[in-house]
Amino acid sequence: MREADGASTLDEAEIGRIFRQESGRAVATLIRVLGDIDIAEDAVQEAFAVAQQRWPSAGLPPNPGGWITTTARNRAIDRLRRESRERELVGELTAGTADPDLPEEVGLVRDDRLRLIFTCCHPALSTEAQVALTLRLLGGLTTAEVARAFLVTEPTMAQRLVRAKRKIKAARIPYRVPEDHEIPGRLRSVLAVTYLVYNAGLSNATEAGLCSEAIRLARLLSVLMPGEPEVAGLLALLLLTESRRASRTRPDGSLMLLGEQDRTRWDRALIKEGQEIVRRCLRGDQPGAYQLQAAINAVHANAATVDQTDWSQIVGLYDQLLAVAPTPVVALNRAIAVGEVEGPAVALALVDELDLDNYYSYHATRADLLRRLGRDSEAASAYERAAELAPTDAERDFLLLGGRGSR
Amino acid sequence: MAQYLLSVHSVDGEIREPMSDEEMQQSWKQIQVLEEEMKSVDALVFSGRLTEPDTATVVRPSGGEVLTTDGPFAESKEHLGGFYIIEAKDLDAALAWATKTVVAINRPIEVRPFWSPPGA
Repeated sequence: MREADGASTLDEAEIGRIFRQESGRAVATLIRVLGDIDIAEDAVQEAFAVAQQRWPSAGLPPNPGGWITTTARNRAIDRLRRESRERELVGELTAGTADPDLPEEVGLVRDDRLRLIFTCCHPALSTEAQVALTLRLLGGLTTAEVARAFLVTEPTMAQRLVRAKRKIKAARIPYRVPEDHEIPGRLRSVLAVTYLVYNAGLSNATEAGLCSEAIRLARLLSVLMPGEPEVAGLLALLLLTESRRASRTRPDGSLMLLGEQDRTRWDRALIKEGQEIVRRCLRGDQPGAYQLQAAINAVHANAATVDQTDWSQIVGLYDQLLAVAPTPVVALNRAIAVGEVEGPAVALALVDELDLDNYYSYHATRADLLRRLGRDSEAASAYERAAELAPTDAERDFLLLGGRGSR
Repeated sequence: MAQYLLSVHSVDGEIREPMSDEEMQQSWKQIQVLEEEMKSVDALVFSGRLTEPDTATVVRPSGGEVLTTDGPFAESKEHLGGFYIIEAKDLDAALAWATKTVVAINRPIEVRPFWSPPGA
């Protein structure tokens, strides 16, 4: 009966979508079974070709993920046999040859993607390589898609991936979940990569798919590591940021500040989900940078209008954030919140202590505070300085208009 | 198992705060303990400390001949000061040794796998 309803809707795009969703799991399992990333990738690619041929007429198999893994594994065995090498490996694998239409084996499989995440985000790889490998192997993006997302040419990205995989092989970066005592250090780069993927989508309107990809990854991490509060914190932060994504830019692409956004356009379902996670984190009482940023966003999401924002709670959260992440950018954001509670003069004194002369938000913030203090000529020169450093033309134009006085 | 080179580099003209005798002794003791630990689990293949780079001689091919000149390789500001060759099951194990070594000698270390023929 599946065949009947499956056949009518299974076009190429739908098969592509299913594959992208399932390929991370298949690649992860096959790397474990085959011990080789390239062979695993090729095998999953071959399974994709088989699915494109077979699924439109035969219908979607009951468990597409399991079908892909089993079909890819059978293809890999065929290939290894053809090449008649690694005899022992073939012997071992043949014992496990399976019918792709049967349910997939469980057990080890659950941890395969976790192994893959930790391998892709191993600190011995550059951040660029970590991001590229994660999107390619776990996210199922094509090399061309990853290249486009990070504004490099496809050959450059292909080379980056080849080099990273060569290092994994030559240096023997292990394919395993780190031991408990290693997790804190190793988790840091996994979370950073996920956050980076999200922000790449956020800052580039044509790559919004990266935002969904990062949220999918964060959801997967929170399922695989339910006991890690910072994993939950990251997921909440992404959901709450995502709830405002549609309302954060003007039609010309320039950014709308929180206070200017149409809050009726914020996605309530995402806010509810994010806030529930934040509440769970608060009960756990192991605050970290992602949880605190999520909590700050949760407070903003609570306010129906900007005037109803609980700024003193936000200042309290920034105090905690500054303690775990003492960076000038956090201090700047804290100063902005302080300005809402204690007024622009106090905030300006805090801002002037910061060493952020090359950061456009620093000058934009100073400009705004100076304007509120009636120091118009100083405000004007701060707006100019901010405009010089603005990352986009739309941003620059906005600042040159003196921020339209609407902050 | 694989073999890794843990190399300690020194930079020309770099000024380091001189160690007190006590600190020096402490560091030596730590290094000895670490090397004993490496030996006890058969992780240590070979180790050595090199003399200053200006004691080096370079031998290079030149138009069908071989030329010998005063070293070191001139281009580099960094020079190999000493090294360990260790045996480890994967990079994480090698990095664990490197971490212990860095703590003992308080200098950065580069970890590099030895090439092994495919299929080995």
